[in-house]
Amino acid sequence: MNLLEIKNLKLDFGSGAEALRAVDGVSLAIGAGETVCLVGESGCGKTVTALSIARLVPAPPANYVGGEIRLYGTDVLKMSGEALRNIRGGVVSYIFQEPGAALNPVFRVGSQIKESLKLHLPEKANDAEVIRLLKLVGIPAPESRLRNYPFELSGGMQQRVMIAMALASEPKLLVADEPTTALDVTIQAQILELLHELKQRLGMAILLITHNLGIVGDMADRVAVMYAGQIVELSPAKELLRRPLHPYTKALMASVPKLRGDAARLSAIPGNVPRIGNFPPGCRFAPRCPIAKPECSKAVPELVEVEAGRWVRCPFWKSP
Amino acid sequence: MSLLEVKNLKVHFPVKPGMFGRVHEFVKAVDDVSFSLEPGETLGLVGESGCGKTTLGRAIVRLVEPTAGSVLLDGEDITRMSGSLLRARRRTFQMIFQDPYGSLNPRMTVEQIVGEALDIHKLTDSSSARRKRIAELLQAVGLDPIYAQRYPHEFSGGQRQRIGIARALAVEPRLIICDEPVSALDVSVQAQIINLLRDLQQQRGIAYLFIAHDLAVVEHISRRVMVMYLGKIVETADAKTIIREPQHPYTQALISAVPEVDPETKRQRIVLPGDVPSPIHPPPGCPFHPRCPIAEDRCRTEFPSLRDTALEHRAACHLAGTKITAVAPAA
Repeated sequence: MNLLEIKNLKLDFGSGAEALRAVDGVSLAIGAGETVCLVGESGCGKTVTALSIARLVPAPPANYVGGEIRLYGTDVLKMSGEALRNIRGGVVSYIFQEPGAALNPVFRVGSQIKESLKLHLPEKANDAEVIRLLKLVGIPAPESRLRNYPFELSGGMQQRVMIAMALASEPKLLVADEPTTALDVTIQAQILELLHELKQRLGMAILLITHNLGIVGDMADRVAVMYAGQIVELSPAKELLRRPLHPYTKALMASVPKLRGDAARLSAIPGNVPRIGNFPPGCRFAPRCPIAKPECSKAVPELVEVEAGRWVRCPFWKSP
Repeated sequence: MSLLEVKNLKVHFPVKPGMFGRVHEFVKAVDDVSFSLEPGETLGLVGESGCGKTTLGRAIVRLVEPTAGSVLLDGEDITRMSGSLLRARRRTFQMIFQDPYGSLNPRMTVEQIVGEALDIHKLTDSSSARRKRIAELLQAVGLDPIYAQRYPHEFSGGQRQRIGIARALAVEPRLIICDEPVSALDVSVQAQIINLLRDLQQQRGIAYLFIAHDLAVVEHISRRVMVMYLGKIVETADAKTIIREPQHPYTQALISAVPEVDPETKRQRIVLPGDVPSPIHPPPGCPFHPRCPIAEDRCRTEFPSLRDTALEHRAACHLAGTKITAVAPAA
């Protein structure tokens, strides 16, 4: 059984005639110890998908319209309040983009980590365990650091504290939502290295959300590319980077400048990312797609397995 | 003659005074920076947050006051120029900002935003000429002139950045300081703006000082690149050379830290320990030595000045050119 299985998840914001569909039929499975990257631009629904795993998108305004989210076989969407509390932190932990905003500014970092321990592993809620966790995430002099307030730490150190909090409850799945976007490249390299190492040491699965394709190459086993609320391509990471199949993935990869690249001109994707509530009919990428045909705007294409393990939402993926 | 010449520029900010109002300490945001920029050239400026790159850009256009040193535009010192004289000179140089949401007045229409510069410098003599000029500018940046009566909130991030560029172009500048112009944009839109900036440069011969933290973007658009660390330029060279043959250990680490898309290039990543130190108390000797994997005794005491290390290549390092190999991550 997979650790996580999302089946045909549909999520609206608002209800009735004003409902805006943010996630439209997303299916994704994550096995134990696997790293899956969810890639997409702002507003494509990647964060909402990730938050709904622990039902963290409040309803209302959100409305879980359909689908299933199974953690070890149990549907999160049907869970009681108490069961949900055990899942949150106990099975799934989160780290976010802005560590400075995710930490409480008026509590010492040690007591914030201890709070997580009290909830899930009360027998271990002591300073020794907090120090062990801070050491695990590579914070120097943890004995004195645990008495610091968040503002006394740099962005990279704050993100390490967030990771320590997330790991305190020994989760099976760590959801990292753009964990390095707010950090500098040298600090980003430190945090990615740390996640990689922790994953190997603790054997947890990671769902990593990013818009940076470079991070995919470094971290992921498999990748799901999202566009306008749907997964458009799902594939093993190496194969996707070597040979993207969906026109959006291809265009996205071609539009990013590469180090030591010699392209005189970048091949930009025309137009803008469609906003929620304004998704075009049929294939949502069609208005920006270089190989779009008239029929593309008529019916929404299905996500189809075209090669072993490679799923593509485009019937014309073979066209050059 | 160079279009822009910056000589020993320093910007020091006083740190909040203590109880008796005396300033004891300074943040040396920009510390003794010199460089020049030729007409029509793009000079990239990279560095991590807090290294002083934005302050340097702002000091050049006098949005912050330099503490010492001089900025020469066409050979004329604008560092101590003031009032109407400075305002007139500002026609030569303009700025594009990082945040396309924060840098446009939400209560002005696109026409008012772009037209304001035309009015200040009295560049059009009739309202029909003004309207025509604004339409031209919008077209030049790839926006339909029918949008002139709309407000910034009606546009996407990429379109807003185009409005900011049209505003900068309105006075026909010869130099544009681009402060992280694409880092707030979606990946698929970044390339549009980068291509637009290149096209405008080719058509109009504008020079850019292109400030960014994304090395791949900077390499792509620049002819020369400067790397900044703790308020100082630590390396400068031709863009291709600095990426392929970096001489300063900081530049080497910075390049190796960029995650790469291509799964085949398995390079060794140099993970630097620690954070950028406080610019209030920069370390003695070489400011990079506490994080440098090859630092020696003299690096801790002797400050390395920027020196020629190869043809058209300067680095501020005693051991410039030493290749560093991957070091164990700090954990």
